[in-house]
Amino acid sequence: MRSKRIELFVGAFIVVGIMAFVYLAVQVSGLAFSDKKDTYQIVARFDDIGGLSNRAKVTIAGVNIGSVESITLDKDLYMGLVTMNIDSDVDNIPTDSSIAILTSGLLGEKYLGLSIGADDEMLTDGGEIFDTQSALVLETLISQFLFKAGDSE
Amino acid sequence: MKMVAELGAALLNWLESVGRAGIFLIQSVFRLPVRPKESLNLLVKQLYSVGVLSLVIVVVSGAFIGMVLALQGYSILAKFGSEEAVGQLLALALLRELGPVVTALLFAGRAGSSLTAEIGLMKATEQLSSFEMMGVDPLRRVIAPRFIAGVICLPLLSLIFSATGIIGGLIVSVNWLGVHDGAFWSLMQQSVYFDTDILNGFIKAVFFSVAVTWIAVYQGYECVPTSEGIGKATTRTVVLGSLAILALDFVLTAAMFGDF
Amino acid sequence: MTDAYIEVQNVSFSRGERLIYENVSLTIPRGKITAVMGPSGTGKTTLLRLIAAQLAPDSGAVLVDGQNIHSLSRSNLYKARKKMGMLFQSGALFSDMSVAENIAFPMEEHTKLDAEAISNRVLEKLYSVGLRGAAELMPSELSGGMARRVALARAIALDPELVMYDEPFTGQDPISKGVLVKLIRQLNDSAKITSVLVSHDVEESLSIADHVCILAGGRVIAEGSAEEIKASDNAEVQQFLNGEPDGPVPFHYPESSSVADKVSL
Repeated sequence: MRSKRIELFVGAFIVVGIMAFVYLAVQVSGLAFSDKKDTYQIVARFDDIGGLSNRAKVTIAGVNIGSVESITLDKDLYMGLVTMNIDSDVDNIPTDSSIAILTSGLLGEKYLGLSIGADDEMLTDGGEIFDTQSALVLETLISQFLFKAGDSE
Repeated sequence: MKMVAELGAALLNWLESVGRAGIFLIQSVFRLPVRPKESLNLLVKQLYSVGVLSLVIVVVSGAFIGMVLALQGYSILAKFGSEEAVGQLLALALLRELGPVVTALLFAGRAGSSLTAEIGLMKATEQLSSFEMMGVDPLRRVIAPRFIAGVICLPLLSLIFSATGIIGGLIVSVNWLGVHDGAFWSLMQQSVYFDTDILNGFIKAVFFSVAVTWIAVYQGYECVPTSEGIGKATTRTVVLGSLAILALDFVLTAAMFGDF
Repeated sequence: MTDAYIEVQNVSFSRGERLIYENVSLTIPRGKITAVMGPSGTGKTTLLRLIAAQLAPDSGAVLVDGQNIHSLSRSNLYKARKKMGMLFQSGALFSDMSVAENIAFPMEEHTKLDAEAISNRVLEKLYSVGLRGAAELMPSELSGGMARRVALARAIALDPELVMYDEPFTGQDPISKGVLVKLIRQLNDSAKITSVLVSHDVEESLSIADHVCILAGGRVIAEGSAEEIKASDNAEVQQFLNGEPDGPVPFHYPESSSVADKVSL
């Protein structure tokens, strides 16, 4: 029957539309439908966060272990306060680890790289990394280079 | 002095027609159906002619635009040695802009014009008056199912467009140009966010669908019921619809992505 | 005076700048066929739309069965319209429905009959216009005369008290005209329907009308039975009835004195 065929087509159309939505969500944006991963928060203060943005990656040895949750200004110290979520299964970061703002590639995004320390105590929720290395700002680098060149002359 | 008065008159005229179109929309959509089953049947029929019949053009255009985007993006990104980022380029361009905008433009040309022509012809052949004479509200019976079908179909079509575009781009960049597929996907997944990109693109498509379908059914309903009048109304649907899409896109983009 | 079903009282109506009716009054008697005739462009169709309240007059009132139709609320108006059937000039069949669905539509919309009862009544109505065999066709497959007969079957689907015919004979071949004349007469006599017929086909209209109104230039120039109209000594009426090219209605469209200067070819 004519109307049955139309109904079938319309049903198929809606199914295809929903499939496209799921495909975009799962495959393209990498949205995971499983429960949100358990994380714990740590903070770090930087002299200069230089272009780091929310949701930037946090890595150890280049492996993604978490993301930046928020960036605010510490009004007392005039430093950038970065709060990040670290996956709970990575629970063995020593408290004396250092963290640096790095750039992927020449023009790529900024991300955080953790270098592991040697302490026996591990960071827990609310812990802070004190050894921080700020972003490299091109203008600062150039002026340092110029002044050094001037000194040696 | 006269010019100011003319400007005021033009503004009032415009406001009046916008108001009429608004009342028209409210009267057609927010009136409860008398026979729910019958209304559902009508809606299914319209979903078919508005959505299913637009599917071919949307899928074909989506695939080709994705493929072209991959080719162009690759040739530029290769200069910086970062051809893996082609996936990222493809996904962001399609999800944020091209998906909703191009689909809406195609929709205005394919479905919008045929809605206007169909309603205009029903008016010219007195079918609309005939409904009225039978004590059946033509807004509820003729306009409402068409409007609702349009609003449902366009966002779905835009999702299908983006998905086929990404698949087309994937085929060109990975299978043809030799981009590493792991890097293709991982860079894409890193930079595409479900809420800012996919949902925002979807919301855009919803806005476009309301604007285009509203214009199409209103132009059909208000057209001069002659062959010339229907022709003009159809053209107006496509022109006004496309302009509305582009203007809305600018406003929505500024609102959604403006803080970057 | 006979019992009036419709009374048009001092109605004025203008479309834009153009005055179509000026203080027109006429009555349409109950249970009879009334023909409203007049040259093209005198707003005969407008009269039907005023009666059906698709248009509202600038002043005056239209009483249908004693009710002022223009003062009704929307839902009451829709209720009142269920008692009216209208045969549109173009037929106005719904192009996405078959013949049977077209006729079933008003019943499905307004009655609580089940599918079987509706289909029986559809066939009955189709039989009365002689098109029972065409039930499954689509409107696009019908000839002009058949489409009008189907539209007539649809107009009487709800057994209305009033049927309005908008130019039923225009563009029909002589056989179709004959069929329509017979159908209109039959319907009126068998179901005691009040019929209003708008037409400029003098012969057919006069042959079935019990009551005739002639409109011209925004007013009623003659009203009475067919015989009275034929015997009228009004020059305008005689010109219209006999189809004389020149008379009170001039052959030349009125021109302003400067036309000759403006038209330069």
